[in-house]
Amino acid sequence: MAASRRIRVLVAKPGLDGHDRGAKVLARALRDAGMEVIYTGIRQTPEQVVNAVIQEDVDVLCLSSLSGAHDYLFPRIMELLREKGVDDILVLGGGIIPEEDIPALKAAGIAEIFGPGSFTSDIIKFIEENVKDRSERRGEGER
Amino acid sequence: MAFWFRHLARGRGGAMFDDKALEELKEAAKRWEESLAPTLAKRPERKPSFVNTSGIPIERVYLPFHVADLDYERDLGFPGAYPFTRGVQATMYRGQLWTMRQYAGFGTAEESNRRYRYLLEHGQTGLSVAFDLPTQIGYDSDHPNAYGEVGKVGVAIDSIHDMRILFQGIPLDKVSTSMTINAPAAILLAMYMAVAQEQGVRGDQLNGTIQNDILKEYTSRGTYIFPPEPSMRIVTDIFAFCSKEVPNWNTISISGYHMREAGCTAVQEVAFTLANGIAYVEAGLKAGLDVDAFAPRLAFFFCCHLDFFEEIAKFRAARRLWARIMKERFKAKNPRSCMLRFHTQTAGCTLTAQQPKNNIIRVAYQAMAAVLGGTQSLHTNSMDEALALPTEEAVQIALRTQQILAYEFGVTETVDPLGGSFYVERLTNEIEERAMDYIRKIDEMGGSPRAIELGFIQKEIQEAAYAYQREVESGERVVVGVNRFQVQEPPFKAILRVDPAVRERQLQRLEKIKRERDSERVKRALEGLRKAAEGTENLMPHILEAVKSEATLGEICDVLREVFGEYQASVII
Repeated sequence: MAASRRIRVLVAKPGLDGHDRGAKVLARALRDAGMEVIYTGIRQTPEQVVNAVIQEDVDVLCLSSLSGAHDYLFPRIMELLREKGVDDILVLGGGIIPEEDIPALKAAGIAEIFGPGSFTSDIIKFIEENVKDRSERRGEGER
Repeated sequence: MAFWFRHLARGRGGAMFDDKALEELKEAAKRWEESLAPTLAKRPERKPSFVNTSGIPIERVYLPFHVADLDYERDLGFPGAYPFTRGVQATMYRGQLWTMRQYAGFGTAEESNRRYRYLLEHGQTGLSVAFDLPTQIGYDSDHPNAYGEVGKVGVAIDSIHDMRILFQGIPLDKVSTSMTINAPAAILLAMYMAVAQEQGVRGDQLNGTIQNDILKEYTSRGTYIFPPEPSMRIVTDIFAFCSKEVPNWNTISISGYHMREAGCTAVQEVAFTLANGIAYVEAGLKAGLDVDAFAPRLAFFFCCHLDFFEEIAKFRAARRLWARIMKERFKAKNPRSCMLRFHTQTAGCTLTAQQPKNNIIRVAYQAMAAVLGGTQSLHTNSMDEALALPTEEAVQIALRTQQILAYEFGVTETVDPLGGSFYVERLTNEIEERAMDYIRKIDEMGGSPRAIELGFIQKEIQEAAYAYQREVESGERVVVGVNRFQVQEPPFKAILRVDPAVRERQLQRLEKIKRERDSERVKRALEGLRKAAEGTENLMPHILEAVKSEATLGEICDVLREVFGEYQASVII
């Protein structure tokens, strides 16, 4: 990742669950770490999340769900992203996610799951190490 | 402390301490502090300063002069009497233990009904219904936005049919039922009343609570449907209707729990909750109700977090402050209007996914603080709730935690056992004062609905949540198993899963109801509701008729959405 460009991140709350303490704390921490952060607010449909990814042209998507609906919502979002031809962004998941669900989510294309007790500093590090350089992603120079 | 009693009678006014004796004590305390210098130089204290989550500095030791202004009768009084600092009942747990009320519900009405019967068989004394998110947001199970959420965090209720199954074999005149439902509270209450009628139970035999606290949905919980103004109208319609039809029903549970879970401090929890309480009372008065007609049915719901004494003091401070607000600001005459009765849930946000069995211990201490703080009912979290919905075994341990506390530990044998502790009394004073400062600030903004609109309350909660997280990550705040004393552990296996077929079963049932019901009656009922919503007539009788006609929750909410519109949240980070 070129140091000159700031990483753009969308923090999203798909589904109906209103628990966004974690999403907001993370959004704030990522911003304090120098990233550009957009937060969708709660109660977003998978379609709304994917539209926001495209409109905001982000490098990273952080999904949060605490209601147990991740098993439907996260793969659905990955499917819609692929349909729209977005296959080069880093997608992370968080919330109340049972360990045994993680392999299926990773198989769907979620790079990593950060559950309760995760440190924002670890998430920041993970993003910095794994986000794809935009110029590399787009095959174009710095914008 | 013979000193205290010796001078009790000689204090100025109603003060508990004699001025001269206090001065002497201050001198002695100063000498004692000075004498500590060599020890402190050799062995400093663990931290340069001690501060609780509310930012209140904590003294090395508390002495009578820390509560010098305390006036016994004015500030503490007797249990069951104004200002209720020591408890809302005269005999508290000597008379009756708190209600043990585990929040539960998942999947279909059949499964939840089985869980309720299991809990009642194991000695639980009240029910607490968790609804799934589509129900809470007024969507039927077949709504596209409900996909993936049906039956997940609670039971799916689409019509009176589901409600009937939910309470099958449970005599509604014998249990008290709390329903965590807000935006569509009127509809679920109407369904409950209709099912009770079918059981032959009268409205005045029903005991329970609907959460019905829409304001905190905008700041922290998120299951709003309509904009604030029509939402407040629904709330006051419920107040007016229930005072006549279900007089023992708690028409609202004004909740600090969710704001605390979202990250605010103990002081903010008291302040924002009571500020919302003030807004509801004002709305009731504006709707033309007499304060003493509805205020006795207002209930509260708080969180019990980790700082043991801060939490105990918080409950005491909240009781005293509410009593004063009701008497002084709203001129309530009925003492019951001044009583802050509350439910407590232990703090879900303090549960760790790491070493989950440690959560049993956290919950037990939190439960003890809630009881020492004088709660009327209690939910103890299950150890596995940072991982998934609780299993039956985990729920049983949580319930046993309350039973052990109630029957084995002796904390129930006297009223307000920590009353008179210099520390607890001082903290009670400080929390009340700081909460009052916030309430004044919110009043200046124009009250809590306006403060919410301005994003003030949301911002305060977020700032506190972020500060807390930073303390955890820096190691300043220790979380056992998370930032200290970690171990490598295998994945926690025993978790509860909601059967994915729940949605299919709900859909089939919905279809059947829609096919078999009297569609003319449904249409008439919904039209009647629409007219009432457009006008000023109380909505409750129309909602009651609509649920009896077997109109679905989603259909009823759709009518109200068409009339009232939907709330659009502004995103604040």
